[in-house]
Amino acid sequence: MSERLSGGEMLIRALQDEGVEHVFGYPGGAVLHIYDAIFKQQRIEHILVRHEQAATHMADGYARSTGKPGVVLVTSGPGATNAVTGIATAYMDSTPIVVISGQVPNEVIGTDAFQETDMVGVSRPVVKHSYLVRDASELPQVVKEAFYIARSGRPGPVVIDVPKDTTDPNMLFDYEYPASVSLRSYAPATRGHSGQVKKAVNALLGAKRPVIYTGGGVIQGDAAAPLTQLARRLGFPVTNTLMGLGGFPGDDDQFLGMLGMHGTFEANMAMHHADLIFAVGARFDDRVTNNPGKFAPDAKIVHLDIDPASISKIINADIPIVGPAAVVLAEIDAVVERRLEADPDRLDRDALAAWWTRIREWRDAHGLDHDQRHRCGLNGTLLPQQVVQAVYRATEGQAFVTSDVGQHQMFAAQYYKFDAPRRWINSGGLGTMGFGLPAAMGVQFAHPAAAVACITGEGSFMMNMQELSTCMQYALPIKIINLNNQALGMVKQWQDMQYGGRHSHSTYRDALPDFKALTESFGHVAYRIDTLAELDDVMADVFGPKHTDDLVFVDAHIDPEEHVYPMAVKGGAMNDMVLERVDGRDDIREDL
Amino acid sequence: MRRLLAILLENEAGALSRVIGLFAQRNYNIETLSVAPTEDPTLSRLTLSTEGDENRIEQITKHLNRLIEVVKVVDLTDGDHIERELMMIKVRATGETRDEVKRASEIFRGQIIDVARDAYTIQLTGTSDKLDAFIRAMDEADILEVVRSGVSGVGRGEKILSL
Repeated sequence: MSERLSGGEMLIRALQDEGVEHVFGYPGGAVLHIYDAIFKQQRIEHILVRHEQAATHMADGYARSTGKPGVVLVTSGPGATNAVTGIATAYMDSTPIVVISGQVPNEVIGTDAFQETDMVGVSRPVVKHSYLVRDASELPQVVKEAFYIARSGRPGPVVIDVPKDTTDPNMLFDYEYPASVSLRSYAPATRGHSGQVKKAVNALLGAKRPVIYTGGGVIQGDAAAPLTQLARRLGFPVTNTLMGLGGFPGDDDQFLGMLGMHGTFEANMAMHHADLIFAVGARFDDRVTNNPGKFAPDAKIVHLDIDPASISKIINADIPIVGPAAVVLAEIDAVVERRLEADPDRLDRDALAAWWTRIREWRDAHGLDHDQRHRCGLNGTLLPQQVVQAVYRATEGQAFVTSDVGQHQMFAAQYYKFDAPRRWINSGGLGTMGFGLPAAMGVQFAHPAAAVACITGEGSFMMNMQELSTCMQYALPIKIINLNNQALGMVKQWQDMQYGGRHSHSTYRDALPDFKALTESFGHVAYRIDTLAELDDVMADVFGPKHTDDLVFVDAHIDPEEHVYPMAVKGGAMNDMVLERVDGRDDIREDL
Repeated sequence: MRRLLAILLENEAGALSRVIGLFAQRNYNIETLSVAPTEDPTLSRLTLSTEGDENRIEQITKHLNRLIEVVKVVDLTDGDHIERELMMIKVRATGETRDEVKRASEIFRGQIIDVARDAYTIQLTGTSDKLDAFIRAMDEADILEVVRSGVSGVGRGEKILSL
């Protein structure tokens, strides 16, 4: 016999039946019935945030680090609109979150009622799908569909807008959670087309200068293992996008590092000179390709993606394959294995050896560890790269690392060598400052015993630093590494390089708080470091047993003049890079 | 290149706004749009005409298919098809123009569906080109109001667009 529950109770019960353990939210008038239903149960832990944007990033960090949808509960009007930035962030990076927003009662929708916003309308361009609940009886089905849509196919955010009348505690309904869901208009691909798989294998086996270029789809699609197996079998170089780091072991010799605007010299050179690019779960973003008209002129493109709309959107694919990365990579690997068993010389091993020789030359000439990275800063100060490397050493490369957006994000991506998926969590597509701290909180809720570091900058940190209070409430032992250059570093870098050094509104040197005192006021531990000499000792303390249960904030004062290199030359090809600053100006590389 | 897309859509509140929104958000153009429920009341059928080269139409089709409520998308201009648009045009008809308008309407196989002392309202169906031609045949100064339905289309022969 089914139970009799109110709409609010059905909603929470459906979340329980969906296996939800955490809900990140903030109460308000339109969701009070739902909050009362939360109060009366124990299975779901609700985390009270300090700003709804942070709630969405927490759910997002939770989702990215686990693969399970993160859940957000906010009230109508400003609660809902505050969540929009986080929803857009999840949309751009294809992460599964379910956002439940309160809404004014159905009967007053459209009357400009207090705290009314057309949330379905406001969020429409940045959701995978959305629902406006017209009747309480729809709730179980809507929740079931929302979770299915959020996590299947190319994942993404789903909004459920819940008018207050549908959660009325006095109206009871028969509750039954649907066992399955079927949507006639939605059927994500479950495997690749076998003809396309064969074509892809032929292209791979015939390549002389191949590159495997993988993105967030390998992470979201749990395809790191089959990717690694295939790449090792073929012996091909692998590069990851910003979203794809951890899809292939970062310390492996076959790994070229990140590609793109701030990618490594060898990754970008290899892409430009490749005769075959095998793109997996990557979308040829403008931060990767630079000028699409000059992109990899000699390369045949094999493109595997779960989303047909990503294929041939920017760069035409010669061999498109639609399907889930894990399944298709395993299919490809099986065929490659059979072909190589039958004929080990099916690969052009001489050509590949010559290709690797060229790549190693590029790496030796201008690889990340080559040049100025081990010197001190221009003024004898700490370099941001050194701080990231120290975090890597102190955590033995095993931490979850979140970041915000800007120079620190690029330094973290370049220097923390991720060797497993779902460890590197950042806002790549939307580039949302303020993402790092709440995302780290979501990760820590999902992995209470894991080391979680948020590598941030003072500009980004200040966009959601109110969450230090939430961290205090829930005793989250996050380690925040603040690369403090007293400026909006990436903006300032562009102004240095493209606007004659005119720092229009990118500095606030005299208006920064004492971050150590600030974080201590929330009951957290804080350090300030200024020199290389202190760095490793402090990091050993921060990530050591001394502070296992503490949130620790490290205010690392770094060289404010440091730029991120390499940097793509605007409008150029992938091999057009600025590699370092020489005599106060940025030196543009001559083609090797 | 002008393209005519036929779209089957869940007949649900808000579904149409997702289709329209997609075009605005991705910088695609809608030239005409007609929409109504089909014989299956849970489905609406849209006919949408737009401009674009092959790549653009491919992207539009893919993005339409990505919408959860879009059930099917077909590019009618890929094959033989029939398209029709309905127009109601109100023209000034006084004195000798009264006869001229009536004759022109007959030539275009239109029907006068409303008669007033100084005006006729004529109904015309056909391709958009035919409707354009009729408008050109009228004296611009005599045209009082033009209402067009947007194009509807269907594939020729036994090929059908259904679930």
